Amino acid sequence: MSEKKSTFHGTAAQKAELQAVIEESKHIPGSLVHVLQRAQGIYGYLPIEVQTIIAEGMGVSLSEVYGVATFYSQFSLTPKGKHRISVCLGTACYVKGSDKILEAVEKELGIKCGECTEDGLFSIDSCRCVGACGLAPVMMIDDEVYGKLEPGKVKAIIAKYREA
Amino acid sequence: MTIKELDKIRESKKDLIAVRRLVKEEGEKLAKKTGYRKQVLVCGGTGCTSSHSMKVIERLEATLKEMGLDDVLVVKTGCFGLCSLGPIMIVYPEGAFYAQMTPEHAETVVKQHLVKGGSIVKELLYAGTVTESGDIIPFAETPFYKKQMRIALRNCGVIAPEDITEAIAAGDYAALEKVLTTMTPDDVISEMLASGLRGRGGAGFPTGRKWSFAKASQGDVKYVCCNADEGDPGAFMDRSVLEGDPHCVLEAMAIAGYAIGSHYGYIYVRAEYPVAVERLNIAIEQAREYGLLGKDILGSGFDFDIEIRLGAGAFVCGEETALMTSIEGHRGEPRPRPPFPAVKGLFGKPTILNNVETWANVNPIIMNGAAWFSSIGTESSSGTKVFALGGKITNVGLVEVPMGTTLREIVEEIGGGIPNGKKFKAAQTGGPSGGCIPASCIDTPIDYDSLIAIGSMMGSGGMIILDEDSCMVDISKFYLEFTADESCGKCTPCRIGTKRLLQLLTKITEGKGEPEDLDKIEELANHMKQSSLCALGQSAPNPVLSTMRYFRDEYEDHILRKECKAKVCKALMSYYIDPDKCRGCTLCARNCPVKAISGAVKQPHVIDRTKCVKCGLCESNCKFGAIERR
Repeated sequence: MSEKKSTFHGTAAQKAELQAVIEESKHIPGSLVHVLQRAQGIYGYLPIEVQTIIAEGMGVSLSEVYGVATFYSQFSLTPKGKHRISVCLGTACYVKGSDKILEAVEKELGIKCGECTEDGLFSIDSCRCVGACGLAPVMMIDDEVYGKLEPGKVKAIIAKYREA
Repeated sequence: MTIKELDKIRESKKDLIAVRRLVKEEGEKLAKKTGYRKQVLVCGGTGCTSSHSMKVIERLEATLKEMGLDDVLVVKTGCFGLCSLGPIMIVYPEGAFYAQMTPEHAETVVKQHLVKGGSIVKELLYAGTVTESGDIIPFAETPFYKKQMRIALRNCGVIAPEDITEAIAAGDYAALEKVLTTMTPDDVISEMLASGLRGRGGAGFPTGRKWSFAKASQGDVKYVCCNADEGDPGAFMDRSVLEGDPHCVLEAMAIAGYAIGSHYGYIYVRAEYPVAVERLNIAIEQAREYGLLGKDILGSGFDFDIEIRLGAGAFVCGEETALMTSIEGHRGEPRPRPPFPAVKGLFGKPTILNNVETWANVNPIIMNGAAWFSSIGTESSSGTKVFALGGKITNVGLVEVPMGTTLREIVEEIGGGIPNGKKFKAAQTGGPSGGCIPASCIDTPIDYDSLIAIGSMMGSGGMIILDEDSCMVDISKFYLEFTADESCGKCTPCRIGTKRLLQLLTKITEGKGEPEDLDKIEELANHMKQSSLCALGQSAPNPVLSTMRYFRDEYEDHILRKECKAKVCKALMSYYIDPDKCRGCTLCARNCPVKAISGAVKQPHVIDRTKCVKCGLCESNCKFGAIERR
């Protein structure tokens, strides 16, 4: 783990919301994954501080929580950008050149897949199939799907979010 | 709810649904009885919503309201299958199939077609339904639909999945009624056994046998699970069933519960499928409200309820023991079998797990009988199979064909061939666990055993078509990247094996391969197949082994001649500008991220290959096709 100072800025309201989720879920067998999903919905990511709240609330060890949080690709231990870019690297997109799309996005933003821009505006991830194979290659920015992409179209699409 | 009430709902919307299944003339007669002159079905599946079908619906409804056309019904359905032409909209009773709709097109259709006395707007129709002489043919007669047989997808694109009354009218819950009123649990299991239905998730284990094992297991608590963690990237069969007809899965799980003596079910579904999750939630709520889930279903005394659990993105959770560990809230790691889940599964109790598509076949088997079902398909693989057809193929989408249909029929007829005049090279089936079927095997019938015999597997139904521009070494590297990333790390052969295989393949694609690497790959692959704990590791070498079997020359090109004929592997290709085609528009030079392109305006440009990072931006931007890969 990095030595960087924690950038966690959770609010009391977020904590109360998470604790309510824990209360309603902790008696349901096998609900840890569900609680982590809800927690990520509340905070946007799962820093060690949030994992600690969950471990204490659920009555399980922090290592158990950490183990689960790091197992599944849906969970992120680092913050994400205001706009989350997700380039599909599923097979249907890959054979239509989505690796080049990812490269174009990385070049445009000057960061690598899995990272977040310094201004916190964008983060890039790859994903395995959003299910819009008919539009391959595709990427998602937040909830919007961009299909039938070419590397040359990336710049203009990202520019829209810069201005917004 | 009583059986009488169920019948009443079915009767009340019977004609409405029937119009959507009938050919023109009969449909027109029936439409008069329904109170709706026209029904407009718009696809609300993920593919079409991604291309904004919701905006089409909004504009349709607004325009209809504006023009006072209250005898036209707009229905948001699941997937019609032809995803590459979305958003799709079908108008009944004519069966007019409109493709690539925009809100403006929707307005035009209302004003010219849906108005009283209007007629079909030919130029907006799917081109495949208009003949050269300008006649309109029913979409069911087009090559894409003609050879298909929709059993699992029978209601997808026909009903509004968020309305349980439409699902009931289309036949859902009729099998549950039949089972609870006229069949014993043993009758149900013998019917399933006789049908020959095999698991559609990939392994092909006979469903009836799975159920009979779980029934034989002792225990007061048993579970019924649905695997909707569709992990094969590029496969979307299960998602389409859940989005188009979620009730058929709930019904089938309740039937299985009755057969094995279980009262509780779990559906494990990918969180990446928000539309499917939402429709499942709505369906479960409605089924409870109508008494089709919960206590004393249809007055039979049988109780059954279902809960949804969201997956969190782990391919290994498609493996049955890993999936159950994940439902229990842990890291989704597999465990050794035996004990099999039918003996000791979820929370240590006897459990059956079937895939979404398997569940979707249960109702038709119960309603039409095992003899009918086993008459479809081949002797060892009965019924149909749904495939998600993708990659380098004209008609990207969802197809359901009888088992035994040949790959050629799927690619050339249903799929409409390879676009841009390219040649078919291979079809990849079974995803990261499967293999590639080369052009020489294109007449192979698609069934469980034939596919295994040629080194691939049925898998869950992803079918990616590759053309001459695909590099087979690169494709196997792609799959190994996937399995190395998704290996859970519990057992060594898979954890280390996938990494090492990937290293060897990377070395080859970088032009650093040595002849002995191929032997090393084979040896390592065989160790992984034999000693990995679960199917993920056992099958991870399949993409490499099958491409080495049929495309060994490509591996040898990369290793011996340092050549990638498909011009995909970056280390083995370069970009050039054809001076005869280049018009000197400067677009490439302006967009090159490393300033590797130079040239004066209106003069042919040149790429400095010492600077070029081979990102391909110039090729994508060039309007004159002047950029070449050599």
